[in-house]
Amino acid sequence: MEQLIQQVASGLANGAIYACLALALVMIFVSTDHINFAQGELAMFSAYLVWQALDWGVSFWLALPVVAFISFLIGVGIERVILRPLHHAPVLSVVVVFIGLLAIFHSLAGAIWGHTIKAIPSPFPHVTFVGSGYIGPHQIGMIVVTIALLLALFAFFRFTPLGLAMRAAAQNPASARLAGIRVDWMLALGWGLAAAIGAVAGALVAPAVYLEPNMMASILLYGFAGALVGGISSPGGAVAGGFIVGVLENVIAYLGNLFEKTTGVYVIGNGEKLTVALIIVITVLTLKPSGLFGQVSVKRV
Amino acid sequence: MAALLEAQGLKAFYGQTQALHDVSFSLAPGGITTLLGANGAGKTTTLRSICGMVRTEGSIKLDGQPIGGKATEDIIRLGVGHVPEGRGTFTNLSVGENLRVAAYTRKDKVAAERDLGMVFEYFPILKARVNQQAGTLSGGEQQMLAISRALMLSPRLMLLDEPSFGLAPLIVQEIFRIMRRINSEAKVSMLLVEQNAALALELADHAYVLETGRVVMSGKSADVKNNEAIRKSYLGY
Repeated sequence: MEQLIQQVASGLANGAIYACLALALVMIFVSTDHINFAQGELAMFSAYLVWQALDWGVSFWLALPVVAFISFLIGVGIERVILRPLHHAPVLSVVVVFIGLLAIFHSLAGAIWGHTIKAIPSPFPHVTFVGSGYIGPHQIGMIVVTIALLLALFAFFRFTPLGLAMRAAAQNPASARLAGIRVDWMLALGWGLAAAIGAVAGALVAPAVYLEPNMMASILLYGFAGALVGGISSPGGAVAGGFIVGVLENVIAYLGNLFEKTTGVYVIGNGEKLTVALIIVITVLTLKPSGLFGQVSVKRV
Repeated sequence: MAALLEAQGLKAFYGQTQALHDVSFSLAPGGITTLLGANGAGKTTTLRSICGMVRTEGSIKLDGQPIGGKATEDIIRLGVGHVPEGRGTFTNLSVGENLRVAAYTRKDKVAAERDLGMVFEYFPILKARVNQQAGTLSGGEQQMLAISRALMLSPRLMLLDEPSFGLAPLIVQEIFRIMRRINSEAKVSMLLVEQNAALALELADHAYVLETGRVVMSGKSADVKNNEAIRKSYLGY
């Protein structure tokens, strides 16, 4: 039992990272209908920027907002410079551009900072508390930051005029233009927000997995899984999906180990975690294509 | 009096296809002008040309300032409210959000709040449904919402693309009555595109008749209405 609680707790912590990445994917998907395959590498690049700042002696909590802002500008820049000419291009061209961006940021990070593993110390204080046998301070920190990020985004989209304009532009670009909204800039803002969220994800995951150019590859897959499970059109759903995937992969691996212990037959274990995530994706897409929390919009014709 | 909106030799293209060949018209401020013609005559394209939604050649001037080639959102910001074909509802947003997003570009928030009150006075049903998801409104209510969104821009000129389309006659009558009030009370000039020529000629003071991208006749509504040849060949009633 104790082990199960531990697995769930660490699943929630991993889930927080998946949730951040899923959120970043959703940001871009809702405004442009594209899945940004370079999201993980952008987050990795941002994590390196944080490492660089720490190396220069800047404190983590100063470095994070600054890097998030720089990432925001990088995101806006990518949309304005690279994707803008492709607004009317077929979807495959855009996918190729995303893969190109993935390769560029991957090798850029390797070229600037090298391919050897670097460590980022956890920004959260090392304290012991009731239940710290189950979950560490860094893991709690990841969960808290993710939830705070979600709430901030929710408030932004729900209560600010700019957030409303971004939702309108994503939903009906032609009508948004007729309301005087600069739709192109709204798309760029969506990219900027996604890159900033990804920066937070990268900076939080780096202390847990060590920093190296490949660190985001498998995490991005989990991010996809989270986004699809929750519903790729729903930010809240993406976060919930991220947590669900994080917990499920741990619990299923745990149950597999338990099964092996009692019966001696190996069915599933830690090695198949990624497989579990992908099975979850396929199951959800088959049974409920809009995701668990994706909206099916009501439309009168 | 200087024209509010003036087009000279307007041509419009969808890709390689030319939809307008030579359209010229001029709108006096304060009035209601209607564009009539059969399907495919270029009525909707003319409205889309004014708002920079298609590629155009020729000159379009708003208050004497050329607006041809400008981005849609910049033309809108000059005070042109466009009620588009198909109503352009933000279906996933609430009715209130639809109205607020239309006032997004306005700096005068107090006046925008006052205009919201005016909109609710014209269309009380929208006030009753202010928190409802706009996609669940009936067709008539969505048309009212579309007109209201244009009104929330505090426009000088409103372009209306077939506001009667697909609606029950009673609803159409109500909408047209309120359009007349908007024109006289809120001092909004209108350019109205309609299939229903009889209805449009009743509301408008000037009319232009289009056929395959060209103006074939123009004049006072009464003259167009009384011209039997025109009525029979182009307006179909």
